[in-house]
Amino acid sequence: MKVALFVPCYIDQFYPQVGVATLQLLEKLGVQAHFPAQQTCCGQPLANSGCEREALPIYKHFVNTFQDYDYIVAPSGSCVYHVRKHFDKLDQTDEVQHVRGAAYDLIDFISTVLKVETLRGAFPHKVGLHLSCHGQRGLHQANESEMTPVRDGQLRRLLASLDGIELTELSRNDECCGFGGTFCVSEAGISARMGQDRVADHVRHGTQVLTGSDMSCLMHLEGIVRRAQLPIRVMHAAEILNGLTA
Amino acid sequence: MNHAIRADKFLLDADRTTWHDETLWFVREKRDRAVYAVPEFQELRELASQIKDHTLSRLDLYLQEFEAAAQANGVHVHWAADAAEHNAIILDLIRQQGATRIVKSKSMLTEECHLNPYLIQHGIEVVDTDLGERIIQFREEAPSHIVLPAIHLKKEDVGDTFHLHLGTEKGESDPQLLTEAARQHLRAKFLAGQVAISGVNFAVAETGGVVVCTNEGNADLGVNLAAVHIACMGIEKLIPRLTDLGVFTRLLARSATGQPVTTYTSHFTKPAAGKEMHIVIVDNGRTQQLGRPDFRASLKCIRCGACMNTCPVYRRSGGHSYDFTVPGPIGAILSPNIDMKKHRSLPFASTLCGSCTDVCPVKIDIHTQLYKWRQVLGEAGEIPASKKWSMKFMGRLLASARVYGLSGQFARQALRLLPHGLTHAASFNAWAVARELPEPPKQSFREWYQQQPKSVPQPQTPQVTV
Ligand code: SF4
Repeated sequence: MKVALFVPCYIDQFYPQVGVATLQLLEKLGVQAHFPAQQTCCGQPLANSGCEREALPIYKHFVNTFQDYDYIVAPSGSCVYHVRKHFDKLDQTDEVQHVRGAAYDLIDFISTVLKVETLRGAFPHKVGLHLSCHGQRGLHQANESEMTPVRDGQLRRLLASLDGIELTELSRNDECCGFGGTFCVSEAGISARMGQDRVADHVRHGTQVLTGSDMSCLMHLEGIVRRAQLPIRVMHAAEILNGLTA
Repeated sequence: MNHAIRADKFLLDADRTTWHDETLWFVREKRDRAVYAVPEFQELRELASQIKDHTLSRLDLYLQEFEAAAQANGVHVHWAADAAEHNAIILDLIRQQGATRIVKSKSMLTEECHLNPYLIQHGIEVVDTDLGERIIQFREEAPSHIVLPAIHLKKEDVGDTFHLHLGTEKGESDPQLLTEAARQHLRAKFLAGQVAISGVNFAVAETGGVVVCTNEGNADLGVNLAAVHIACMGIEKLIPRLTDLGVFTRLLARSATGQPVTTYTSHFTKPAAGKEMHIVIVDNGRTQQLGRPDFRASLKCIRCGACMNTCPVYRRSGGHSYDFTVPGPIGAILSPNIDMKKHRSLPFASTLCGSCTDVCPVKIDIHTQLYKWRQVLGEAGEIPASKKWSMKFMGRLLASARVYGLSGQFARQALRLLPHGLTHAASFNAWAVARELPEPPKQSFREWYQQQPKSVPQPQTPQVTV
């Protein structure tokens, strides 16, 4: 199994530890992932802004970079969603179709491809889960509250298997955090307010560590947590899962 | 003025924003409970979606079938290409009656056509008989929600309004008392109404009848007391058969307010003896939307308002921030069809979280259409030039690993070296108004990776401590 690690641009530049944790976690699960050095970004920020055409060279670069791998794994559901859903704008050559199907969010890859449901280890903290909309509703990694009251999802199951962990139950389990890519800047007021409300829900219910599998939401939430100087630690799920004592 | 600016105004009153958000979320939760209780709800959605798709695919035929059936029932059918025609037809009908006093039950179509100001301008008294509509009519405001038109107002605001217009005690905010005052006031209006105007929730092609759903019964009261009933409908309100109706009535109220069904589901098929019934069928941009394959499905909307209640942006920005008759996610799809320039910011007023798509009872792919509108607007030059240029620049930068690596290094350096006050200056960094920037690490991931000994086991895992 030839697996490529895709480290989205903002993780590469601002959260390298998340890339490291992803790589090491995969290794612990028996997967030696490669990091193709010429990779850049999936093009989502441009397409989100209505500039899909300008993003096409990035899409092509992405396909060229990753077409020879069986799987492309990224610690960011929204980038994966973008590749799967919006690379329909390219000519659907075999390579393009392969790359679209081979792109996986890290947690999805662990659950669906590696079929790992539980991990051995301990994380004795109160952990709040932030479900990313793209992962949850886009990639169906967790149940939607619009459909069913049953809370279930890949990351929830993985985390719940850790010793000593307590998962926070929120008033609004799967509300959007307000990041939304370029939305966080073009609608800065609403975006901030949504993030503040989201964090407040966690504070009210006692979250000590805020986690999720999409670093873009977490980047936004972390910015709000630090501005408000709240006693919450924001970590990508890969960091928690990788830090386990086996 | 774009959505963000109007939203910021709403946000200034933080308590009201909280209240607005929580009130609508409460409705969303009520909807959830009502939906969870129906095990076949997702199948119902699918069925409704298919019925609507089918109807839209041969809308011309169903419209003709509907017209013929309605005429056979003794109903007068009128066709209006746009808002102006719709208004003119109605004024004409009113004048033919020599009427001056109109009672009107809720209709988003007449809002869309700006019927009230038009009639008032021509000397007609128009009274909205839905309580919420009446409140905002007193205040000369537009509805801020399609099901809960006055949801932007608190009961204190209503008390002030009624004090001014109905002479209730100053400072009165007891909903019971205020509703009673409105009831007394409206009773007189109902009795005096000469013509009743209503909207249409569903029009049944097979029978030629129209169905109006209300919780207050005001449509029935108006229609039964007045000599003439004028029902106004958009061409997309059709369903083929009467047996299809049950699918939609089961979905509509549950999605809208969490009720199993609206309190009144009234069928109007033919005029009562000695009375007249008219139906005005309106296009007003709908065939244009029908001709846009990417956005056609937006015409399936049954106006339940669920996408507004669930939308985290709508809940915090208020309906008026959309500046369009139908606000919220679905409004952001319908509005650029009508005026692309004026409403160009609306498809961007979304995080594309997809919750709207998941609640929509007729399965409109709302967030996908918002994404597509963004591309249409981008191609049409309706996004700010600065944004377009920076995206062009980014496109180049991100298509080359070398350029990208260098710029990343530069940006992180700059972030580390520049003073916090500069990097977080609100004037040119919208991110930093409410958020800290990420702390720039010394090394990017790729720099770290390059330093790792190749094909040697990875370094010892650091333990995570909190
Ligand atoms: S788009 Fe769907 S959810 Fe929104 S108002 Fe229309 S039917 Fe309801």
